[in-house]
Formats: sequence, C-alpha cells, structure tokens
Amino acid sequence: MAAEDEIRLRERLSKLRSLPLLRGARISGELTKLQRQLDRIGSEAVGEEEISRLVQLARHEERPYALDYADRIFEDFVEIHGDRARADDQALVAGLARFDGRTVVVLGQQKGRDIAERTRRNFGMAYPEGYRKAMRAMTLAGRHGFPLVTLVDTPGAYPGMAAEQHGQGGAIAASQAVMARLEVPIVSCVIGEGGSGGAIAIALADRVLMQENALYSVISPEGCAAILWRDAKEWPKAAAALRPDARHCLELGVIDGIVAEPVGGAHTDHDEAARLLSGSLSTALGELEGIPGEQLRRHRRERFRRIGVFTEALAPSVAR
Amino acid sequence: MAERIDVSIEHRHDPGPDANGKRPANTCPSCGSHYRDDELDRTLRVCPQCGHHFPVHARARIEQLADEGSFTEEASGLRSKDPLDFFDLRPYTERIAEAELATGLGDAMVIGPGAIGGHDCELAVMDFGFMGGSMGSVVGEKFARACESAAERGVPVVTVTASGGARMQEGILSLMQLPKTVCAVADLHDAGGAMVTVMAHPTTAGVLASFATLGDITVAEPGALLAFTGPRVVQQTTREKLPEDFGLAESNYRFGHLDAIVPRPELRDYVTRVLTLFDGR
Repeated sequence: MAAEDEIRLRERLSKLRSLPLLRGARISGELTKLQRQLDRIGSEAVGEEEISRLVQLARHEERPYALDYADRIFEDFVEIHGDRARADDQALVAGLARFDGRTVVVLGQQKGRDIAERTRRNFGMAYPEGYRKAMRAMTLAGRHGFPLVTLVDTPGAYPGMAAEQHGQGGAIAASQAVMARLEVPIVSCVIGEGGSGGAIAIALADRVLMQENALYSVISPEGCAAILWRDAKEWPKAAAALRPDARHCLELGVIDGIVAEPVGGAHTDHDEAARLLSGSLSTALGELEGIPGEQLRRHRRERFRRIGVFTEALAPSVAR
Repeated sequence: MAERIDVSIEHRHDPGPDANGKRPANTCPSCGSHYRDDELDRTLRVCPQCGHHFPVHARARIEQLADEGSFTEEASGLRSKDPLDFFDLRPYTERIAEAELATGLGDAMVIGPGAIGGHDCELAVMDFGFMGGSMGSVVGEKFARACESAAERGVPVVTVTASGGARMQEGILSLMQLPKTVCAVADLHDAGGAMVTVMAHPTTAGVLASFATLGDITVAEPGALLAFTGPRVVQQTTREKLPEDFGLAESNYRFGHLDAIVPRPELRDYVTRVLTLFDGR
C-alpha cells in the first residue's frame, strides 16, 4: 500500500533526522535518498504492480457488498423493490433504515456472493430499471426529508440489448438530474468498483467518499486497454495511466475523503470495515446536518461545476 | 431538400477502400455514390442519392443552423491541460495537438450566442472530428458556460451532439463532466431556460448518459447511432443477436427515447418552430 510505504518512509526519515550529526556523511546520503523516494510517492502515478493489486482488492470476491454494510451499519433496514414501471432490478438495492438515530434512505449496487446470487444480481450491473428504482428511492428521500446514502459498487451499467432499448443512457442521466435537484443531504461512498456511468448515476452527492482500496474510473482498465493499447491484456498499463485509486481521486478533487479499511483490505474483516465506514458516513452526514436544503443543493452543484482541469488563453478579439 | 443534384453515373462508381482500408471521405458508405466537397456542401452533406447523413463539423453545423452572421464564438481559448500526464501508445498532448491542427478547433465543442430563425439562443455544438467528439474538462466547462450564458440572457440552449463518450485520457475527471453538465442543465432549467438537443451520429456513452438526454425537446438525425454501449461491445459482451437497427435513431424513436427524427434539410425549420413555441410563454 502506498500509504503504508509512505508512513514507513516518513518514520525512517524523521528518525534519521533526529540522529546526532556524528555519523554525518552516510546519513545525509540516506536522507536524500529517502526524501527522493517520498517525493516520488507523492507525485508519480501508481505503479503497474501496485495498481494490479488494488484492482484485485477492489474486485475481491470476499469484499463486503452494499447489503453486508446495510446489515452492519444501519438498523431496521427495510428494502424496497421495483421501479413501478417494469421490473425489480436486483443489481441495485434500496431501502429505508435508521442511522445515527434518524431515518435515512440507503441505496447501492449489489454484486452477489455466489454464482446463483451473482446471476440474479447481474454482477451488480444495473439495467435502466435499477436506476429508475434508485430514482424512486431518491425522490422518496427528498419528499420526506431523509438524508440519502449511496454505496457505489459496480463494474458498470449493464451493456446489453434490452438495457439499451429501455434507455440506459437516459436513465443514468435522469438519475443524476434527480440527485442534482434533491434538497436533502447526500453522501456517497465507492465501496468497491466505481465503474463509469453506472457509478456516477448514483454518486452526484454533497460528500463523495472512497474506501482505501476502491477504484473510481471512467472506463474499466480492460476496456481502456482494448481501445488505446488495442489489447485488453495490457490492462495493468491502462489501470496505472487512468489513476483510478483513492489517493489520486482525492488529489484531483473528485472525492472528499478516503475511508480506511482493515489492514489487508475490507474482505479480511467485514465487521471492522463496516465500523470504519460507519464512522466516516456519520461524520460526513453530521457536517451536512442543519444546512438548508436549497443551500445544500446549490453547493452540491457548485462542487461539480468546479471539477475539471484546463487552461484558458484570452481569445483574440474579433474584428468587426 | 431544397435542390436536388443531378447524380451522374460517375458519382455512383465506388472507388472502394484505399490501401489503409479507409474509404474516401466523400463516398457514401450506404450507397457508394461519391461527391466533390462543394456538391455535398450544397446538400448540407446529405447524400442526394440515398439520404445518408455525412458527418458535419461544428463550424459548418453552426453555419447551417444559425442565422447568417448571428453567431459569436465564446470560450475559444479553453485548452485541455493533460492532468494525468496520460500516455498510452502516444502522449495525450500529441493527440490534442493533432486534433487541433486537423479541425482548427481548441476542443470537441464550439459554444456561443447566436440566433436561429430570428430567435436568440446559445449554441453548443460538438465536433466528432476532434478526438471522436470525446468529452473532457474543456467540453464540460464549455457546456456549463453555455448554459450559464443562456440563463443570464434568458434564452434557450440549442445543442448538437456527436460524441464517442467521455475522454479516457482525462481519467476520472472526464467521468466528472457527466455530473457537471447535468448540474448545468439543472441550473438552466431552474432559471426557466429551455434546451433543445439534436443528436447527430454518433451520440454515445458519457454524452448520452448526461446532458444530451436532458433536453426539453430531444431529436436526432436519421441513422444516427445513439447508444450508451454500442452494438460491437454489446455483441462481444453478451453474444446477443442484435436487430439490424440496434441503437439507431429509428430504434430509439420506436422505444420512446426521442421526440422526432428530423432529416438535416428540415432541421433549421424544426428548431425554429420549437424555439417559437418556447418563446410564447
């Protein structure tokens, strides 16, 4: 883990700095070397090897999913079903629950643990019906003034024929538009894979968090490699170039905080992972409490309005 | 069509793909007729033989749609900054420079105030020729500014989309242009502004899944591919047998995702009629 490496290096560095200057020369060489390593950690893209490990952790089959957290973090979780138009998409779960002594609406993608559940839940890849169920849950939250918590964990929105025919693109856009309009606090956390449009559909929030080993990306590393490297097997290169890790997302201003995981990853201890996530959600919701709805909404939109990196040269004045 | 061109036999002689497997730009992929530039320009780049709609660059599209001399470009000085130092087989900066040289544009969208059929509006027009019309920070910023400018002046936004989706080379920042543009439309709507979307071929992925589908009125050109995931990827991923018109405007219209399919020669009149109605509050 970059963070652990960094902590280890920083510790060594401060120890070396505090040593008496007696053994000067060699140590100062060591100091420079360590400082250089630290600088590199701070500025460089994550290496291919490390990013490959992160991809495996984010997709780990024992990683806690939305419902694992719903059970551990929230009380009295009552799941709601169906989009009231066509179907109940089980790739996306939603419901009412108690959290920190108040009612909240929780929703998120659910991948499924064994083969049967994965098939039923389509590996967490929602159809438009899933996003319409999400919109139903969001609207419900807005109507009754319940804060909204969304847990993002999807390889992406489902790329199938029926999904297209039922308006996948439009549903993802509409879901974001509903979130842009809500006047209740919204906190989103990427808890595994934050896969592209399927993820952002439920992540237009006041506070966006990411677990330490989660990924948030515009395209899967495999998809990116297939297009730009013309070979999906080059995915580690694509993953490194895309910088989908939490630290880079934080640096780029895309997320507001990183949620720690148990040592070794969230899959090693579901209870501890839930405890850590619960603390972060509680803090984030606490910060938003008491802010008038209209102001929440305005700040939420301004938050996303600011994201982007570009330069602007003065345009040459137009001759009239 | 205002004026039909006499298509002589030589126009129908298809020279076929060249050594690189590319067909000449002015050869109709649907009927094989081929044309000189000035011939196609006269028909708004619609094949007089079969009605195929050739791609239109952003500036040419504005000329086709806006009243003569009414358009002034805004924010033309915006340029991408390569925030990730992205390097695949080639550096991103090289791809941008190449696209800028090829198109004469700073990025894949041109915005600015103009008028259509006498109605003041804000235009936001995409150019597929600039890195596949992909949406990165610059396109997102330009679209947001277009909405703001429209809201300030109390005029509608007319947007013409043509895009392969988000620009991978800007990583997660390109994904963030989806919510950014969605928020811009929400602000426009809150200010009482209207948006008319014209989807040209192709409008896919990130652009379809954000501002493009949020128009008050949403239309498309005939034969345009409008899909979150295109047919090739759907086929590869799911092995489903896809209908012939999968993802095309005609199929989208049938499934209820479009208000109309408007052939290019009728587009200006159609948009004018809609803007007149939005003007009559």
